[in-house]
Amino acid sequence: MNAHQTELNFSRRDLLKGGGALIVGFSMAGVPAGGALAARGDTAVAFDMNAIDTWIAIHADNTATVYIGKGEFGQGNTTGLLQIAAEELDLDMSQMRSVQLDTNVVPNQGATTSSSSIERGGPQIRAAAAEARRALLNLASARLRMQIGSLVVNKGIVSIDGHPTQSVSYGALIGDKPFNVKFTGTAPQKSITRYKVVGTSVPRVDIPDKAAGKYIHMQHVRVAGMLHGRVVRPRGQRAYGIGAKPMAIDEASIKDIPARIVRKGDFVGVVAESEWDAIRAARALKVSWQETSALPGNADLFTRMRAAKTNDATIVDWGDADKAFKQAAYVSTATYYCPYQSHAPFGPNCAIGDVSPDRALVICSTQDIYNTRDMLAAVLSMPVDKVRVQYVEGSGTYGRSCYDDAAQAAAVMSQAVGKPVRVQFMRSDEHGWDDYGPAHLADVRAAIDANGKIVAYEYHGWQHGWMINETTHELVLNTPPKERTTGAGSIPVNRMSTGSMYQMADRRVVSHMVPMEGLLKGAPLRSPLDLAFAFASEQSIDELAVAAKLDPLEFRRKNIGDARWLGVLNAAAQAAAWTPKISGSALGSGEVVTGRGIGVGTHHVSYGAAVAEIEVNKRTGVIVAKRLFGALDAGQIVNPAAVEAQIMGQMIQATSRTLKEEVLFDKEGVTSLDWMSYPVLRFAEHPEVTPVVVQRLDEPSSGAGEEVMGATTAAIANAFYDATGVRLRQFPMTPDRVKAALAART
Amino acid sequence: MDYQITVNGTSRTVSATPDTPLLYVLINQLDLKGPRFGCGLAQCGSCSVLLDGVEIRSCITPVAAVQGKALTTLEGLPALYAQQKGLAQAPAMHPLQQAFIDVQAPQCGYCYNGMTIKGSELLAKNPKPTEAQIRDHMDGHLCRCGTYPRVMKAIQLASTRMAGEVR
Repeated sequence: MNAHQTELNFSRRDLLKGGGALIVGFSMAGVPAGGALAARGDTAVAFDMNAIDTWIAIHADNTATVYIGKGEFGQGNTTGLLQIAAEELDLDMSQMRSVQLDTNVVPNQGATTSSSSIERGGPQIRAAAAEARRALLNLASARLRMQIGSLVVNKGIVSIDGHPTQSVSYGALIGDKPFNVKFTGTAPQKSITRYKVVGTSVPRVDIPDKAAGKYIHMQHVRVAGMLHGRVVRPRGQRAYGIGAKPMAIDEASIKDIPARIVRKGDFVGVVAESEWDAIRAARALKVSWQETSALPGNADLFTRMRAAKTNDATIVDWGDADKAFKQAAYVSTATYYCPYQSHAPFGPNCAIGDVSPDRALVICSTQDIYNTRDMLAAVLSMPVDKVRVQYVEGSGTYGRSCYDDAAQAAAVMSQAVGKPVRVQFMRSDEHGWDDYGPAHLADVRAAIDANGKIVAYEYHGWQHGWMINETTHELVLNTPPKERTTGAGSIPVNRMSTGSMYQMADRRVVSHMVPMEGLLKGAPLRSPLDLAFAFASEQSIDELAVAAKLDPLEFRRKNIGDARWLGVLNAAAQAAAWTPKISGSALGSGEVVTGRGIGVGTHHVSYGAAVAEIEVNKRTGVIVAKRLFGALDAGQIVNPAAVEAQIMGQMIQATSRTLKEEVLFDKEGVTSLDWMSYPVLRFAEHPEVTPVVVQRLDEPSSGAGEEVMGATTAAIANAFYDATGVRLRQFPMTPDRVKAALAART
Repeated sequence: MDYQITVNGTSRTVSATPDTPLLYVLINQLDLKGPRFGCGLAQCGSCSVLLDGVEIRSCITPVAAVQGKALTTLEGLPALYAQQKGLAQAPAMHPLQQAFIDVQAPQCGYCYNGMTIKGSELLAKNPKPTEAQIRDHMDGHLCRCGTYPRVMKAIQLASTRMAGEVR
């Protein structure tokens, strides 16, 4: 067995019990341990979060299973969390494994969102591993007749200090038996100075199988007796709240295809034995949808947002910003426009539902198996404890793509036909029915005094909130629109991304929540709206630097006091070999001009800074990002190489979103339905990226998967000004917008 | 109806309507894990396979069109490489796959079927590609996680290794 392999805990027994379904194509590597632990997974249980057995099992072969409740999405969090556990347990990484997420198997560590795996999941795993180590030492102490203080552990072998032959392995102490021990709350955690595994670049455990083509993605999973399902909807979502109401379904339109129509409420789908038949039937089925023209279309989006009856909240109100603006030496005032953007996973979401009258098993790629379970219970009208959700990694999701929608669709269709149903969203389903990262409109004012110190800052942002229920849920149950605008997980303007890094006494940030109804569906998209906030905020700051006749790096240094913000700013600048120059002060005269820009940003806690070097073709309007340098301080970085990869991925994706990505829609519905109508950064267009990890082992870990994106967007936008002397205040910075902005200057 | 297709050196009988895209036959009848659905529109490269050594998009290629030709999927790439290089035995992985591991390239890994198929196609016909040639050749393959720089690095590493300069 490859100890690194994630154990897929679809026990044969469960699936057979559940109606004859059997996963094929899975290696059964990591067969569940025997004894009491073997029962794990059979039923839903309320995990005791303070019991060692909830988190960790030690096997007879002296290996450990960690029941991690955070999903692997390709960001490397499984490796990082196993490193934390290995460190506390004094085990080698080769002795560690995790299990596939499953509501019957792993504790609820909360959603795998907000780059929280290491930040919030890490301390839980660390505490559990320390408690397990303490419990194992108690057992060893009795076995070896020696006090704990005289015991040492190396790779799970406990020995008496100085007497290596007097030893016992963890496996011999407890192998495959439960601890039955509660957390003491006093188990000592390892001192940072003794770390051997945390802080090192352990190779990611998921990569070998991904490169070898042996990795099981959700799209690969098949179960016996399974049918293929497809959702049937208008091509491209309509205004939120209008839904997709089928006025008439022409069943004869698919009479030549061996497929069956599933209708529940306004939900329409098709199922077939053959996948191709399901695809053909979904395409061929004639449905007359209720007509609508309720959307503003891209052209009138921002007018509609500004005119909306908004729910306003003052997020920050320091000092007297109005007075400070009146006394300022220079005030920059500008409005910024930021698009709807799609998660657009490279492989559309896929899910398998296996629903019988008294139970449901749903396999999908959710970021939150427990929330997905609750939502499925509602859609299926089943008690929550009869619903089991298993997670299998799909194609990268970058926030809430259509995974719940696909999971619910699979469950609803399985419930209707009484057989397991695999639903694969088609490209147009995923692109067209995504819960998009919301559009954003910002009015920014920022001011300096005669010494180039920022004295006032004001940010007004307009955006709508996020979906609470999913589309299948709303169609099946005909529930009214429900939007998350306040409370945990909502998205007002982010105070961290709007000037928080600069020292000033007078600052105001106001969030204007626009109702989502009548616009497009929203949900968190990687570093939610931080690209928009940084695009607006950091361009306004950059304008102040020009007004102050200062180099933009120098201006920021002058106005930032926090050592960690300065740390990333300097790290990015150093990597880029930054040389001082006032932005836009040396414009090139040729057709292709170059520029460089700098920016800072974050999501919640961590510190991000970026430098961008770009080329602008003034004739074609094409911007090419040539080189990017990104620095991230996320406190204690458990795996620097994994974080470097995250910085790289963030910067490439941010470049794509800054230069190319925009959901297009007319008054009827969304028209961005594939990679042609929703272009993303292509291979030939990718910049070189230099990631810089600012390691702070003695600081708490914070998020590392999103926090350089805003800085990257800002750096590219500021580089455009440096290259052309023109501010582009709307992204994506497409050739048409570039040409229009350059033409408007003259 | 039934079709005889040659996949990774083995003749296989599959049953499908003539218009069925090859992809669905490969994944649902032959249980292959390399080619995978991405767009169904030949826009992304997720479903790529080699047909007589040339990369094609299996999501839009009817199964009827590939009879009498040699199909290679990701699973058959090490053997094809051994054949191309005259090796007695197929390695466990194509050198590009090993390079992907060594540079820790994949994130979600979903696009790596296409990246591997297309990258191996390039290396087979141009063992020492320039950066510009790699960018041009790989441009039809999207990666949403943003791993392009490491795909580039891995192709360059594999190229060097395949030339026998580094072992």
